[in-house]
Amino acid sequence: MNAFIEKLRLRMPRPEASRAERSSSPFWVMVQKEFGDHIRSWRFIILLAIVTLACIGSIYTAVTAIKEGQAGDTSFLFLQMFTISNGALPNFLTFLSFLAPLIGIAIGFDGVNSERNKGTLSRVMSQPVYRDDFLNAKFVAGLLLIAVVVFSLGFLVMGVGLFTIGYPPTPEEFWRVIASLLITVIYVGLWLNLSLLFSVRFRQAATSALSGIAIWIFFLVFYGMIVNLVGSATMPSNPMNTDAILRQQDWMMLLERISPAYLFQEAASTLLLPDTRTLNPFITQDQAYLAIDAPLSFGQSLLLVWPQVVAIIAETVLSFAASYVAFMRQEIRSRS
Amino acid sequence: MEQAVIELKRLTKQYGEFTAVAGLNLAIRPGEIFGLLGPNGAGKTTTILMMLGLTEPTSGTAEVCGIDATRNPMQVKRRVGYMPDDVGFYEDRSGLDNLVYTARLNGIPAKDARERAAELLERVGLADAAGKKTGAYSRGMRQRLGLADVLIKRPEVIILDEPTLGIDPEGVRELLALIRDLSRNEGLTVLLSSHHLHQVQQICDRVGLFVGGKLIACGDLDTLSRELDGGPSHAVELDVTGWNAELASSLAALPEVNSVEAADSDALVGGGAGAKGRGIVTVRVTSTSDVTPLLAARVIEQGASLVGLRPLRYGLDDIYHRYFEGGDSGERVH
Repeated sequence: MNAFIEKLRLRMPRPEASRAERSSSPFWVMVQKEFGDHIRSWRFIILLAIVTLACIGSIYTAVTAIKEGQAGDTSFLFLQMFTISNGALPNFLTFLSFLAPLIGIAIGFDGVNSERNKGTLSRVMSQPVYRDDFLNAKFVAGLLLIAVVVFSLGFLVMGVGLFTIGYPPTPEEFWRVIASLLITVIYVGLWLNLSLLFSVRFRQAATSALSGIAIWIFFLVFYGMIVNLVGSATMPSNPMNTDAILRQQDWMMLLERISPAYLFQEAASTLLLPDTRTLNPFITQDQAYLAIDAPLSFGQSLLLVWPQVVAIIAETVLSFAASYVAFMRQEIRSRS
Repeated sequence: MEQAVIELKRLTKQYGEFTAVAGLNLAIRPGEIFGLLGPNGAGKTTTILMMLGLTEPTSGTAEVCGIDATRNPMQVKRRVGYMPDDVGFYEDRSGLDNLVYTARLNGIPAKDARERAAELLERVGLADAAGKKTGAYSRGMRQRLGLADVLIKRPEVIILDEPTLGIDPEGVRELLALIRDLSRNEGLTVLLSSHHLHQVQQICDRVGLFVGGKLIACGDLDTLSRELDGGPSHAVELDVTGWNAELASSLAALPEVNSVEAADSDALVGGGAGAKGRGIVTVRVTSTSDVTPLLAARVIEQGASLVGLRPLRYGLDDIYHRYFEGGDSGERVH
């Protein structure tokens, strides 16, 4: 308790504390070091190479699709840079939703256990450093790095797109891209957290990496199948019973939306495709025919995906809390 | 008596059914070098972790510099330098970087940290390797870097867990000399744990014998030897040529002598088989008082020749063995 109060006091911004003083608190020192370690590591270079390739591929496929005239109407031509594909390669959004978990897992999977195995954890912990600061620093440094990567990629696609199609984005389109990049960062943050949890839990880096990848593949491949299976098993017997069918579909939707990958897909595609008016599978005939067929404004799109964003953040917080609890209760011995 | 720097009161740590440390009481005075001695798994490291607040005791208190380590680990960690056994460093960073990082975690500004790190590297003899990545350091170098790492926060107490493990004898000598230097010149209190007796013996003011989570003996070497034997006792080893039963009984007839028994001659000292070939027999004579001159005279009177004569003093080694012979070795946890 005392330690907690002392910590609160330290966290309080003192008026006389200069910027330099604050930046040298152990927490920021650790963040700085982690960030430096990530940037210098081979793993990061490899990741960057993969992601850059994916990005170039998606630009290529989008540009050829636009040139072939697949774009249809040109109202949000710039956004179609991110969502359109000529069929040969996936578009940017698909690439991102596919690679984002990989980035998160790759950055976090050996965060804690490698320090434990190298014997540096007990050394750092015997310094006047809070245990939670150690975990927070790992997370913040990873998230910063992810933000840098995701945003630089997004801007790269924007820049190259501008250069090749010569069609500037409207401010709304710009903000839509920024918002979806932000959501991507949050989504990668979730995977980073999950892999940090595994790195706290498992002593071997390989085990924790595999667990992370297993969960990724589970949500990518199997989860949808399982939900479908459950869906067909619980299908109401009477096809005329509208209420029962609606209720069952709602349940299926809820199940589907447990998967962070699905949430991200919904959130990002709604933001990048302004024509998406609802995320519900069912609309009434009145809604379908009477609504004016016009894209949503940015604010409305954001409002539409807000629950998805909150759900992703909630899942992130949940896995962070789990790693927190696991780490706080662990005994720190050297190399064991 | 001075206020103790480290004070453990009825400290207990249990892991489920297993008791790692049982009701430990210990006080360490300022400026002393205390050796915590015990076999693997005796609970040494657990005790140290509790002193730093890295593990919570099941019951009892650990106070360091008058601060409760369980409740205020941050303040304790500011004053105490801890070197874990098998200390690890960030291997893709240089030795200097590693030290600077530790210093900055302690809130030392970057510029001062660099200066201090360079100074300490000089002191532990790693100035040449300062820019080298620690992944390329040898074991001995890592251990010395560990010492520098402990000292960079200018601690009042340093706790070294198995500091001499795995380094060569020369390295051990240097490291211990360094530790002793620090304690004597800067008044640092040092607690070191080890299962290497000779080394602890060389530099410690006091030692505690720690077995199965209990401190079974504590004190300086003399106290321990006295506790061990239950009374003053002397032992002399004689190397004799022309040994015979007559001589043996004549020695045993001396009123002060308790026992006369043949001892294995030290292979290295006596030259092994060569010594036996020359008919040298080594005998150990224990007595209640010092009868060394008398023994020498007897040997010569009997017409045998005395090749060597060594009064034996109990080293920590013997004490250690005595203690551990007593207990069932099967109980020890590894």
